[in-house]
Amino acid sequence: MKKNKLRTLLLLSLAAVIFGSPFFWMVISSLKPNAELFAWPPTFIPKTVTLEHYQSALTARGFSNYFLNSAIVSLISMAFNLVFCSLAGYAFARLDFPLKNVLFVVLLSTMMIPVQVTLVPTFLMVKSFPLVGGNDILGRGGTGLLNTYAGLVIPHIMTVFGVFIMRQFYMQFPKELSEAARIDGASELGIFRKIFLPLGRPAMSALAIFTFTQAWDDFLWPLVVTSDRSMRTLQLGLEVFKNRYTADWGPLMAATTVSVLPVIIVFLVFQRYFTDTALSSGIK
Amino acid sequence: MSSAGKLKRRITVTALIFIAPVLVYNFIFKIVPIFVSLFLSLTKFSGFGDARFIGLENYLRIFGDSEFWRAVLVTFQFSIEVLPLNMLISLLLALLVNSALKGMGVFRAIYYLPVITPMVAASMIWIWLYDPQIGILNFLLSLFNIPPVNFLRNPSTALHSIVAMRIWRGAGWNMLIYLAGLQGISRNLYEAAAIDGASSVRRFFRITLPLLRPVHVYVLIVGIISTLQSFTEMYVMTGGGPLQSTTTVGLLIYRAAFDYMDMGYASAMSFVLGIIIMTLSVVSFRSRQQKEA
Repeated sequence: MKKNKLRTLLLLSLAAVIFGSPFFWMVISSLKPNAELFAWPPTFIPKTVTLEHYQSALTARGFSNYFLNSAIVSLISMAFNLVFCSLAGYAFARLDFPLKNVLFVVLLSTMMIPVQVTLVPTFLMVKSFPLVGGNDILGRGGTGLLNTYAGLVIPHIMTVFGVFIMRQFYMQFPKELSEAARIDGASELGIFRKIFLPLGRPAMSALAIFTFTQAWDDFLWPLVVTSDRSMRTLQLGLEVFKNRYTADWGPLMAATTVSVLPVIIVFLVFQRYFTDTALSSGIK
Repeated sequence: MSSAGKLKRRITVTALIFIAPVLVYNFIFKIVPIFVSLFLSLTKFSGFGDARFIGLENYLRIFGDSEFWRAVLVTFQFSIEVLPLNMLISLLLALLVNSALKGMGVFRAIYYLPVITPMVAASMIWIWLYDPQIGILNFLLSLFNIPPVNFLRNPSTALHSIVAMRIWRGAGWNMLIYLAGLQGISRNLYEAAAIDGASSVRRFFRITLPLLRPVHVYVLIVGIISTLQSFTEMYVMTGGGPLQSTTTVGLLIYRAAFDYMDMGYASAMSFVLGIIIMTLSVVSFRSRQQKEA
């Protein structure tokens, strides 16, 4: 038995080295002065630690702006998802209404539509949004919602996966919970607000992380919907430090570290909720 | 109206109000675009001005477009390399983290971190690992006297190199799904088999693997859907090169629509991709039902 445990621990550690070392290397590289960064053989523990790359990354043209844009887009997406996915997830899990299962299946099946199919039409809708960005009532003449926060958040604000997570979570509670409250004369909104909203906290924590990271991660849509540098997000901004064949490695690794940091912090804080929810909603 | 009928109506109205935003949103941004895309695929359209109806011309063009079929092959190859490896590695990880050891949360978190790493950041990290002159991977190879490999700029290694990054990034997610599946298998089965003298290897192949069938199918379908759409990692890591060896259908569609402003053709290609993805997903799902029946 002891021997078995040791073997498991060894394998776990080996896998941890493989999965963890790319992060380790990113952070180590971002902290090395250039002379050491390009030294051969490479040093695994830096002899000198410097924050110069962080300084040059953070003060680089547009970086703080990209970071702010990403934060705004991700937080708005998260807020919308929390409100609308919890409402819809609750309704699909706990309320009876005609066509419930059909509507849910239709909703779920939209997850199968590849992003490429909706890409061009969504771009055209955003560009032709009436009466904004110089557009007329028919959506012609201007740029619509291109290069705006509204345009950036549109594909993220109500994810079907979010509805699914909330539904799976709310299904686990006994029927009596709602019935008792109804007999006591509580309104439907009251039942949701006073009983299920507080109960839903763990799933909503997971939903928050999920939708935040998803919006933070996105690359294709910001690439399509923004052309103005001032509206670009961090994922696009990383390209500033790298063109196709060369890269400014020190600042690039510092910028990459900074771009990963928010999701890691959010994840570590809510880790338990996150993995529990992923586990329970993973297969149904 | 009876009070039961009133209650029923009250619940229905509430439910409809609660689901309306999500339904309307998905109708506008998921369902409508399918029809817009279908219409655009029958036109010549640059994104500006009016679309000119040209019937099935775009689809006929796809038929003879060797660049498109080459991208289909690249996309399939990517998918076929990523999916089995990813399933195998994540199942092994799940078996490992399923054992009761102290501090297991730390290991799970380490395997899970790549999952939440943004795709662009993951790509940047791996470009740096793969760097032909000073990349750490080439240093490790040099310890074994292997000459440096230009991982991302050699047509015979570029796609495999992206595959490695994708498996690193995706294994942690599937690990959690497999873990859920493993925890759903009753202990009694293993105990009964052990009493009957079944070895641990035999128990794994006779109990664990077959009972995980629904999980395999789930992981496979989600994997098919996501790998066949891949775009970002190719765009960032190789730009589709060298010699188109990493140009996926997703990348080709993006280029057609936004570099060449050929939105009608891009829509037609996206439709063909969508049909391929749906067909494969449905076939995988059917295979599950047949085996269970």
